Amino acid sequence: MLTLKSVQAGYGRLPVLKGVSLHVREGEVVTLIGGNGAGKTTTLRTISGLLPVRKGEVQFDGQALHRLPPERIVALGLALVPEGRRVFATLSVTANLELGAFHRPDKRQVRRDLEGLRERFPLLRERGHQPAGTLSGGEQQILAICRALMAQPRLLMLDEPSMGLAPRVAAQVYGILRELKAGGTTLLLVEQNARAALKLADRGYVLETGRVILDGSASDLREDPEVQRAYLGKGYQEVWE
Amino acid sequence: MSAYLLHLAVMAGIYILLALSLNLIVGYAGQVSLGHAAFYGIGAYASALTALNWHLPFPVAALAAMLVTGACGLGLGLPTLRLKEDYLAIVTLGFGVIVDLVFLNLAVTGGPDGLVGIPPPVLLGLSFRARGLYLLLVAGAVLLALGFTHRLVNSYHGRALRAIRDHETTAQVMGINTSAYKIVIFTLAAAMAGLAGSLYAHYITFINPESFGLHTSILLVCMVVLGGMGSLPGSVVGAVILTAVPELLRQTHALQDLIYGALLVGLLIWRPEGLLGRGKLSLKFLQRE
Repeated sequence: MLTLKSVQAGYGRLPVLKGVSLHVREGEVVTLIGGNGAGKTTTLRTISGLLPVRKGEVQFDGQALHRLPPERIVALGLALVPEGRRVFATLSVTANLELGAFHRPDKRQVRRDLEGLRERFPLLRERGHQPAGTLSGGEQQILAICRALMAQPRLLMLDEPSMGLAPRVAAQVYGILRELKAGGTTLLLVEQNARAALKLADRGYVLETGRVILDGSASDLREDPEVQRAYLGKGYQEVWE
Repeated sequence: MSAYLLHLAVMAGIYILLALSLNLIVGYAGQVSLGHAAFYGIGAYASALTALNWHLPFPVAALAAMLVTGACGLGLGLPTLRLKEDYLAIVTLGFGVIVDLVFLNLAVTGGPDGLVGIPPPVLLGLSFRARGLYLLLVAGAVLLALGFTHRLVNSYHGRALRAIRDHETTAQVMGINTSAYKIVIFTLAAAMAGLAGSLYAHYITFINPESFGLHTSILLVCMVVLGGMGSLPGSVVGAVILTAVPELLRQTHALQDLIYGALLVGLLIWRPEGLLGRGKLSLKFLQRE
């Protein structure tokens, strides 16, 4: 569904991605793990069209994405939940959700989708008129995910959805991701929390300084001694697992 | 009403138009503009020259003023609106200074002497030379502008603008063409300022570069911030107060500027979001990331 072929990208003259190749198949949950500065966020920003592709190719259902502006890429069915949630703080919760569907012309279906999400997450209805900036971190993350779902994405990209959240709240967010996976949504998940990500994902890629150094099924990666040493912390258990 | 009060009311109306238009850029789209008086000036000169050189009636001159300033807004916006915060502040400031210098040095604008004998508007055979009538004309323009901006900011597009103000990159990944929005709003705001310039020129009947310099741009920013960024009633209140306060302080003579400055500083300390605004004045553009 999504294919990156030796993609190079960066900021200004600084190269960050030095040839990243990966793919995501329909219905799959794929995770990108790696340390700080490995290029995980940069990969998502490049796919979204926020950063230009210097070399290589990004294809979505056989269509080339590089050189398309971000607004065209969303319309093709790729939505991003950005790092640090980034809800529109001064706008109401409802306005945030409606902005998620900005590019969709089918306003009636948009209303139905909004109702559907409100049924599933009553918080969205109860806090509908409240400025999104007044929500707690976990609530903002749920809002950010729902806002991206309003775009009716065929592939949902999430950038560190557990970042800065209390363990219990992070577990709640991962609960939502598990539901999405069960519902057949294709996910591309970037995480520093490799343990949580590899538990959810079908496959994973390990990024280090702008290159994929390892890839495989999530269970293989979990057993890989190098991954265990560098990213999982042998013998370490997450409090909320 | 005395002639003096009528004069103040007309000027307040013109400032309301300017503050409303600047609020679209600063308060709603979240972009910095420190050169808004340049558009006001371009509108005034364009309208005056149309009326003086071609003897065209006021509506045509006002329309020409809006078209010319809109085009200038587009011309400035296209290359510069990709800039962020502090850089955009510098560019708009520079634009204001350059336009001011052009007015001062061009022969067609009359240089420092400006243009004299700009005819008062005549509509349907009725001359608007009298201040009371002119106030009605300005009030009509203000009502139109309020209606237009109110509809705009509460629409689907207004929401997109506020999303851009809150977080531009995220707005982009929502599928909002942020550059297009910024350019369109900049152009619209410039055209509105051009209308204000036209109303000013045909009211005062004499214009020179002094009215459209940096201090006017700063005054307009003060009106928007004082009233509240992202609040249309705020712009009205801000424009009226900052038209009236200098007049009220006139009796204090030498202390006038001192008290005026202290009032503004006090407001920013005790009510940084402005009188009717919700969002605080963002000094982001003064900080490094």
